[in-house]
Formats: sequence, structure tokens, C-alpha cells
Amino acid sequence: MIDPGAVDLARLQFAVTALYHFIFVPLTLGLSFLLVIMETVYVMTDKPIYRDMTKFWGKLFGINFALGVTTGLTMEFQFGTNWAYYSHYVGDIFGAPLAIEGLLAFFLESTMVGLFFFGWDRLSKVGHLTITYLVAIGSNLSAVLILIANGWMQNPVGAEFNPVTMRMEMTSFWDLVFNPAAQAKFVHTVSSGYVTASVFVLGISSWYLLKGRDLEFARRSFRIAAAFGLASALSVVVLGDESGYAVTEHQKTKLAAIEGMWTTEEAPAGLTVFGIPDEANRTNHAEVKIPYMLGLIATRSSDTVLPGIDQLEVTLRQRIESGAIAVGALERMRLNKDDAEAAELFAAHKDDMGYGLLLKKYAEDVTLATPEMITQAVDDAIPPVAPLFWSFRIMVALGLAFIVLFAIAFWASAKNSFEQKRWLLRWALWFIPMPWIATQVGWIVAEVGRQPWTVHGVLPTHLSVSSVSANEVLLSLAGFFAFYTLLLVAELYLMFKYARLGPSSLGTGAYHFETGGGLTKGTVSAPISRKEF
Amino acid sequence: MLDYETLKLIWWLLVGVLLVGFAVMDGHDMGMGALLPFVAKTDSERRVLINSVAPHWDGNQVWFITAGGAIFAAWPLVYATAFSGLYFALMAVLWAMFFRPVGFDYRSKVADPRWRAAWDWGLFAGSAVPALLFGVAFGNVLQGVPFHYADDMRSIYTGTFWALLNPFALLSGVLSLAMIVFHGANYLIVRTEGVIQQRAARASMIFGALMALVFAVCGVMVMNMQGYVQISGPEAGVMQSPLEKAVEMRAGAWLYNFDKLPLLWLFPALGIIGALAGMAFAAKLKGMLAFVASSVAMLGVIFTAGVAMFPFVLPSSSDPSHSLTVWDCVSSAGTLGIMFWVALIMTPIVIAYTGWAYRIMRGKITVAHIEANDHSLY
Repeated sequence: MIDPGAVDLARLQFAVTALYHFIFVPLTLGLSFLLVIMETVYVMTDKPIYRDMTKFWGKLFGINFALGVTTGLTMEFQFGTNWAYYSHYVGDIFGAPLAIEGLLAFFLESTMVGLFFFGWDRLSKVGHLTITYLVAIGSNLSAVLILIANGWMQNPVGAEFNPVTMRMEMTSFWDLVFNPAAQAKFVHTVSSGYVTASVFVLGISSWYLLKGRDLEFARRSFRIAAAFGLASALSVVVLGDESGYAVTEHQKTKLAAIEGMWTTEEAPAGLTVFGIPDEANRTNHAEVKIPYMLGLIATRSSDTVLPGIDQLEVTLRQRIESGAIAVGALERMRLNKDDAEAAELFAAHKDDMGYGLLLKKYAEDVTLATPEMITQAVDDAIPPVAPLFWSFRIMVALGLAFIVLFAIAFWASAKNSFEQKRWLLRWALWFIPMPWIATQVGWIVAEVGRQPWTVHGVLPTHLSVSSVSANEVLLSLAGFFAFYTLLLVAELYLMFKYARLGPSSLGTGAYHFETGGGLTKGTVSAPISRKEF
Repeated sequence: MLDYETLKLIWWLLVGVLLVGFAVMDGHDMGMGALLPFVAKTDSERRVLINSVAPHWDGNQVWFITAGGAIFAAWPLVYATAFSGLYFALMAVLWAMFFRPVGFDYRSKVADPRWRAAWDWGLFAGSAVPALLFGVAFGNVLQGVPFHYADDMRSIYTGTFWALLNPFALLSGVLSLAMIVFHGANYLIVRTEGVIQQRAARASMIFGALMALVFAVCGVMVMNMQGYVQISGPEAGVMQSPLEKAVEMRAGAWLYNFDKLPLLWLFPALGIIGALAGMAFAAKLKGMLAFVASSVAMLGVIFTAGVAMFPFVLPSSSDPSHSLTVWDCVSSAGTLGIMFWVALIMTPIVIAYTGWAYRIMRGKITVAHIEANDHSLY
């Protein structure tokens, strides 16, 4: 009942809607903490400019937040609509962090965000600051739980297959929560959100400085973004390494594909800085390598061998053959509950059952799979090399560029010389889109690298879909394209409009457009009435 | 520790509580949205309505998200089967709901009347369409939907989208839309004054009456409907698959639980009494009491459907024995147990800070207030 066309379209729909959702998430994660910093300074110093900063960046936060909420709904629906078999097969484990996310994090974030926007006059200063903290905590806590769910797909711990219910069931909630894959992912992902927001604030503030507008406002915003951004950019890369380390433990296939390691090298393996992977001939052209580096980073030792694709394929073939026995035994058990021989066979091979399911793509009865089919399944089990190889290098290059940018910005703000460095301001402005590119390719590395699995080693992607037709998925995909394009146009229109207006949009009467182009706050002049600020 | 059977029952109750929570909380801002183009005429009036829920709609929407997440976690088969089966109904709900967050946040950020009018209709659609379709979905679930399972528990849906739009389901849709609009109108009586409040009170009386009437008609139709009865199957407390039982369809079977336990008539009674009381309070502009009454009415309606079907939660019309019951659609005891403790601790905390947020933001929203805070309000 699986429509192969539906599998590809459902994957495309998930990729498109998840990446689209992640346009908005990182800015929410990071900007919420920048708001916390600005408002904390306001409460400590009592200078109204910091309140205005909180309110203005908060306005941009709100424009972004609305679409984050909207597109998050899609993600929750989609597991059920397009990935029903996945939902049945792992819902016992995967559903729990999602439900807990609602109760623990999303309620908090969403309830408090309303008071953040509308509670300024109704709460004490400290009261409102507390609300801002809770918004930031709520949104970041939400990321923890979602990444626990995602981490489990990368490294499925604390779960076991139950032949009665034909699904995976949770054996240890704590293993799920403290999954090392989830921990590494969380720190890396939220830090990348902090970098995104820092580049956003740094870039827009630079634009005001370049234009010579709202200088006091822009300087302060620039300094805060530079400091927070430097810390975050360092954390993304250092803890990105942490998640690289986690990858090698759980998904050797992902690492081999990222690195284009066609053959196993002697330990410690070299790190390929550049190369052009050639999938047909299973080699890299124009390769530039740093000797020993990869082995040291990935295994934290000098004598552990990292398996290349050639060696991984040998292991994969064994596991697929063993898994086919488990799948066959399970089918016998379903026909005859008392088949003791089948039960024994199943118990011996059940850890490989997921690998046996890879054969379902080629053979209804996997025990009858031919050696050619097994070779095809082995081939499937290595994720596509070129997209991973390139995505990963773009991400790392941008990650390093952020460190350089923030280091210079931080140093210049310490020296109080950034206003004179117009090249730096321009760089920050034109760099605004870069964190989005980095985070998007980051997810491509994480998710394409997990293929051909939805849950690594447990459930293949092609079995995870609903019994819906390709046409249904295509039609819903068309709907998402239409609505998402419309919403993105509205979002970008407002974001540009308000970024251009700057703090004048607050209607305090103290900023650029309200003071007839005046530069400093406190200039008393009649505010220009502009209804739409 | 709680035994598996008790946990299964608790989760049936908790899903019911989450659905009622969703109806009471998100229901009143959806009701506001559905009334927006009609109760409010001028831009300032519309902003009064929108700002009456501005600080709260997002938190309220999380009731919906959490109910979805809880069904995924506690009843994964229901989540998988219903969402993939009712594919385009779900898409319509989702796409309509897109217009809520952006409608609220973006509408007043541009002064152009065409921009604002477009988002007003977006808010209307984002509120009325889901309210209607939730009822249509419930109406179909009561009749059973055509699905079955393959050997590997892959769910296969054999119906069409258009078959969902049958008379009983559409009437159920009218019922859920009416109760949510009724509830939203009562909320507006609390938060507005003057001419807007008068219009809200009139809307409350119209939709309260409609709700009571349609609920009664639906009730009569359910009495004669083919219900589902489990003939055999494993014990309630046992780990089981939905393929192990036998189920029959019988006319009038949805009344069996009421015959067995007459106390259950309390729920339909609450539905009717709540609606009538809400109308009476609305007529006297007693908004808080009307709001409580419509909340009780919705609880009555939702639990009437729930207890009528018990233990079924998703009957299959094409293969009744594959129907999902509260005993066989559930997660493992371990997952249900953990989720129960999380819900037990967190739900009161959520209710407490939500109540506090409403308290902070309490009071009437007026046109003067909107005009004085043009830059900071929606």
C-alpha cells in the first residue's frame, strides 16, 4: 500500500516545511535572550533607551515569532498526515517529548509572550523583566524537547520492539532524555540561534550607523550583539565539534559521507578540507587534506580506526542479512504465536531487524531477497555523499567566518572604534543572511545524513509514510507552497518596513523620523504623526 | 504505581479534559475571530475585539497543540489513523489556522484599510473554519470512518474527502461552530462595553439558541444511529493490538452507556442547561456568568460524545473489528505513566499562570484605549 511517489513527495514536503520553519526558529531562540540582556540593563541602569531597545527589537521579534508559531503547527500535523506509519511505529517514544514540550515549554513561552508585548504598563519593571526571562527560557526549553525527539531519531536509545503491538516501545525515559545525541544537538542548535540573532541585530544596527541615524540606540545594540555573538559563535563551533564526536559514535555512515571517506584509512585519519566528491568512481578529486586531524577530532584518540564507506558496507551487508532473518521470524510469529523456533530466531536477530526492513523496498518477503537486492539495500544505507560533503563545508566555513566577524566587532566595540570602520559595518550588514544559510545547511547535514532512515537502524524512511497517494501529497505540497509564499512576502515586507523605521516605530517622539532627522534622543520636537508606525 | 487499565482510563479522561480546555480557552478567541467582521464595524471597533484576546490567543492555541501532542503520545494509532485518513480536512484546518498568528500580529502594523480588511477576513477564516471542521470530524467519528489495518499495522483509509461532508457530520459542524461563537460572544461581553457589548450579547443569544437546538437534533439522530459494540476481545488491562477483538454495529448502540449508567445523562443536560443559562446571563450583560455557562455547555457536549462512544474512540465503519478503543489504541504502560505524572504536575501550573495572565490584563478594552495606544497595541 506504499505509493513510492508519495515517499519522495512526503520527504520533499517535510524538508521544505521543516527548513521553512527553521527560518524563524533560530531568530526566536537568540533574540529572546538578547531582549533579556537589553531589558536587564534597563532595569539595572534605569535608562529609557534600553527599554526602547527591548521594545523595538521586541517588535521585530514579534513579526518573526508569528510565523514561527504558524509554521510550527505544520510540523505537528505532518507526522500524522504524511508519516502515519512512523507515528504508529515510534509514537510511544517520539510522542512523549512533543507532548511534554507543549505542557512544559510552549505554554510558558506563549502565555508569557503576550504579557511581554502588552504588559509593559501593567507590570512592575522587575515583573516585566521576569516575563522576558520566562519567554526566553520557554523558547529554549522548547528546543530542548524537540531536539530530544530529533536526537532519538538519530540515536534511538531506551526503546525496544514489541511484537504484540508491532511497534517500538519506551524502556527508559531517562535514556531518551539524557541521550548524548540530543544533548550535543541542543547546545549546538540553540547556539546557532544566538549567532543568528546576534548577526541580525549587529547588521541592522550597522545600517543605522552607516546612515548616521539613531546613533545612541544603534551603538548600544551593536555592542550587545557583538559580545553575545562572539560567545555564541565560539560555542557553536566548539560544541559543533562535540556533536561531531557524537556523530561518530552513533552514525558512522553519516560521518563517512560528510568526509567523503570512500576507503578506510589508518588511524588517525586525515581531515579533508576541500575536494570534489565523485560518487560514480567513489573518489574525491582535487583533495586537500590535513593529516591525522579527523581521527583526532572524531575519536579523541590516535589509534581508533574510522571506518570508510568500503568497510561500512561490509558491516551493513551482515546486518541486512541478519535483519532479514528477524523480519521473517516475526512474520512466522504473527501467523503462529506458539512458534518457539521463530521466537528464538527473532530474539537472536532482532537488533538488526531495522536493517532487514531496508529490503522491503525491493522484496515483499525479505527472506527471499536476492543478493542483488541486498547489494542495492547496502548501497541505499550510505547517505548521498556530495550534498553532505558540501553542506557540511559551507556550514563550517560560515561558522568560522562568524567568529572572525564577532571577534573584530567585539574588539572594535571595546576600543570604541567601530563607527569609523565602515568596512566592518558594511560587512555586518551584508552578512545578515549568512546565519540562515548556515542553519539551513546544518539541518541538511543532520537529516540527509540520517538517510535512508527516519529512525536510525530502526525504521527506514520509505516504510514510514502514510498510505496516501502521491497526488494527495502533491496537492498538499502545492497548498504549502502557495500559503508559505504569501506569508513569507508579508513577513519580509513588515520586517524590512520596521527595520527601516527603526525605533521611530515606537512612537516615543524621540527618534530619527519623529525628530525631523534628529540624531539624539531627548531632542524635544513635535512628533510627526505617522499613523502606521 | 497505577495499573495499565487505570492509566488507559485516565488518559481517556485527560484527552477529554484537553479537548474541553481547548474549547474553553482557544474557543473564546476563535469565537471572537468568527464574530469579528459582524460585531465590529469600524477599524477601532475591530481593534477592540482583537485586543481583547491579544495577550492570550497564543497561549490559548497551545491547548490545541498540546491536545495534538498528547494524542500522539498517548494514542499514537488514533493520531496516525485519523490524521492520515482525514487528510484534506486536516489540511484545511491547518491552512485556515495559518491566518491566526499572522493575522493577529500583522494586521495593525500597516495602516492601509485593504491590508487590514484582508487580515480581518483571514482571522475570520482562521477561526470559523477550524471551529466548523472540528465538529465535522467529531460527526464522522461518531458514525465511524472507513479504515482498516494491514498485518504490519499500517493503517489504510478507504473513504473520500467528500464523504466526510454527510448531513450528520455537517450538522455536528454547525453545532461546534455555534458553541464556539456563543462562547466567544460571552467573552466579548466581559471585555467590551457600549455598542460592541450590545452586539455581542445579541450574538450570544442567537448562537446559544442555535447550539441548544442543533445539539438536541444531533442527539435524536444519534439515538437511531448505528453504534458499535465490542463482542469479544482481550481484557482491558492487557497489552493488546486492535486486531484481536470482534465488534458489531447496532442501531442505537451509542445509548447503551446511558442505559447502563443513567447518571451520564448529566452531560447532555449540562449541554442544554449551559446553553440556556448562558443566553439568560448574556441578556442581562452578565458576561462572566455567561462565559462560565458556555464553558459548562461545551464540557457537556464534548463529554456527551465521549461517553456515548466509550470505550470506542475511533470506530471503523468498513471493518468494525479494527475500530480503536481506549484499551487498544494506547501507548505502553511506561509511556502513559510518565505522561500522566507530567500532566498531573504541569496542568495545574499552566492553569495557574494562565489565570494570572488574564488577571494582569483584565478590564474593559475601549475605543479610547485603542486610540491612546496606537503604536503598542494590535
